[in-house]
Amino acid sequence: MRVALFATCLVDTMVPQVARATATLLERLGHEVVVPPTQACCGQMHVNTGYRREAVPIVANHVRAFTGAEAVVAPSGSCVASIQHQQAMVARRAGEHALADEAEALAARTHELSQFLVDVLGVTDVGAYYPHRVTYHPTCHSLRLLRVGDRPLQLLRAVRGLDLVELPGAESCCGFGGTFAVKNADTSTAMLTDKMANVLSTHAEVCTAGDSSCLMHIGGGLSRLRSGTRTVHLAEILASTEENVSPTQTTAPAVPA
Amino acid sequence: MTTTPQDARAEPTPLAPGAPRSGTTFLGLPTAPRGVGHLRGTQSFPDAARTALRDGQLRANLGRATTTIRGKRAAVVAEVPHWEQLRQAGKALKAATMAHLDEHLEELERQVTARGGTVHWARDATEANRIVTELVRATGSDEVVKVKSMATQEIGLNEALEAAGIEAIETDLAELIVQLGEDSPSHILVPAIHKNRSEIREIFRRTIPGVDPGLTDEPRQLAMAARTHLRERFLRARVAVSGANFAVAETGTLAVVESEGNGRMCLTLPQTLITVMGIEKVVPRWEDLGVFLQLLPRSSTGERMNPYTSTWAGVTPGDGPQEFHLVLLDNGRTAVLADEVGREALHCIRCSACLNVCPVYERAGGHAYGSVYPGPIGAVLSPQLTGVEDNASLPYASSLCGACYDVCPVAIDIPSILVHLRAEHVEAQTRPTAESVAFRGLSRVMSNPRLWHLAQRAAGLGRFLSRGRPTLPAVLPPPVSAWTRTRDLPTPPGKSFVQQWTEEHRR
Repeated sequence: MRVALFATCLVDTMVPQVARATATLLERLGHEVVVPPTQACCGQMHVNTGYRREAVPIVANHVRAFTGAEAVVAPSGSCVASIQHQQAMVARRAGEHALADEAEALAARTHELSQFLVDVLGVTDVGAYYPHRVTYHPTCHSLRLLRVGDRPLQLLRAVRGLDLVELPGAESCCGFGGTFAVKNADTSTAMLTDKMANVLSTHAEVCTAGDSSCLMHIGGGLSRLRSGTRTVHLAEILASTEENVSPTQTTAPAVPA
Repeated sequence: MTTTPQDARAEPTPLAPGAPRSGTTFLGLPTAPRGVGHLRGTQSFPDAARTALRDGQLRANLGRATTTIRGKRAAVVAEVPHWEQLRQAGKALKAATMAHLDEHLEELERQVTARGGTVHWARDATEANRIVTELVRATGSDEVVKVKSMATQEIGLNEALEAAGIEAIETDLAELIVQLGEDSPSHILVPAIHKNRSEIREIFRRTIPGVDPGLTDEPRQLAMAARTHLRERFLRARVAVSGANFAVAETGTLAVVESEGNGRMCLTLPQTLITVMGIEKVVPRWEDLGVFLQLLPRSSTGERMNPYTSTWAGVTPGDGPQEFHLVLLDNGRTAVLADEVGREALHCIRCSACLNVCPVYERAGGHAYGSVYPGPIGAVLSPQLTGVEDNASLPYASSLCGACYDVCPVAIDIPSILVHLRAEHVEAQTRPTAESVAFRGLSRVMSNPRLWHLAQRAAGLGRFLSRGRPTLPAVLPPPVSAWTRTRDLPTPPGKSFVQQWTEEHRR
């Protein structure tokens, strides 16, 4: 299948290795990956902060960038949820009905990574190797808006060498919430503290999830505490193979940053 | 109804002295007036939360209480195989009722009147307080017993009665704790959820006259102390004030559901009963209760059925109160009804399930919301009742995690309403703010690939601040500092993924 990769603005700008891992994984599974060069952002941050009018041109750019794509995949539950639940709505509210229709049609062809792998490609064993103790945080939007359910766990269970350990209080929000993390920094940090306490109680080396935004939040907290537990996107784990692992059991990123 | 829709461009009426400018984005309908009632806090949510988050006792009390009640709710909801259909039925009934609210209210008035009750229409808190005060005065009584009621908390009835020399005695255990502790409620269902047993013992020991000085914090002892204190007041009370969970239009029936039996005492013993009810509480038919009485107890206390359900219609000679007054309260509700996205907040049946699952509520507590309606539902209801500019920080008091929507027994899409109200706030600003300038600029950048790539390159320059380290410095200027005070930011890469990929595939 020819798959158009939507990197998402945050991954593209801050953690490009996550988009690279997604491309590597999809190519390893035998699919052609294209990266439309005019892509930018889905508009979620604008919509969720109250700038729904200003989100409309961003939605228009997104729709233009992915025109004609057969299937779009993004390594983010949150951005896909915004594409599916918000893009057409803000366009319609602004009276841009043609754009809303196009956004709706594109949304129907847009998939979150774990849903694409399990539901569209029908694979759970992607041939990955990752010899580490890992805990999985189900991010709110993948859990409650996309209902990805246990798909990421199915994928992780099939990874060779991976020791999957259950995260207590997994379904509690980590406190990121986009601009919430800045506008309500104290409450956000309190939520993060409880999330980190649960992550650390698992003694996992790695906390993974399907959203780089939440991971940047949890990882930023864990890093500040010098906890030694790091955050790694699900795509990076699934892209990892034997070649990425050294004899000292450290796993270099499947792709360099 | 006394509150009929007015000219879309009408100025805020004199009935809402402080009606915010954003009122003009509604239909010019009056919002809840300032200076009366408890819908507005004195601080913004982030400021109030900052203080609350440092209260270790509060965090422990709330964490324990919400975890317990969450578990109970989940267990009893899971027992109902058709829960989702029930939920959708509840939602549909509410939506259909709201579409003809005026007709149902007029039918309710006819039926209550036909059964010997008197109906009063109060357009806001000030009017409702005046009506109730006059009714109590007319009985010659200088005290009333109260059934737990959100509507009377909303309008600040106790303070209004006190100013008229009438003592209002709360008879719900948690509400009594709050009243005796000169505190304010922090939860819709459990107003004293922020207090633990030993704190309650201290309040009782200091405030209940003649209480056993050896009172322990054992729940039964605490309940018995409250019971003894209240019993005397129930028996001498001549006037009771209640709210209502539901009002059935076709039969003129009011309904109160409760756990302790204090409500039943208030609703049956006194001569005069005054019920203050938000206009959104009406349901058209008796059979509609069949849906809501299944949804409410499981969602709210985590019980299959609540211990006491009292229903009454008008007055019955020789049995119960011989005088019944129903005060129908608007206080901004018609303005909420005028907003096609926000009106769903009026479907709320005050179960408080959304508070119990909310990660923000669990940590910041109810007082941080500054309104009698805290938590997710409060964050969508309070700003709409007051006009969004009077509670502008509340729609942002959520990480949009969506847990509230999942548990709401009438499927109110709270996250979508929060997002909608954020936009109402942004669009109500007449002058640019630093934030709006940034977001408008970013919108131009993110809709133009050339500008976007330039911006990404600029962001990549941030890597030089790290001087080779994997994270950016912890001390950065605002607004980035709000992030970096407690979390590291990764050092940005030199090239974006799209840029790298495009260069590789150009060859």
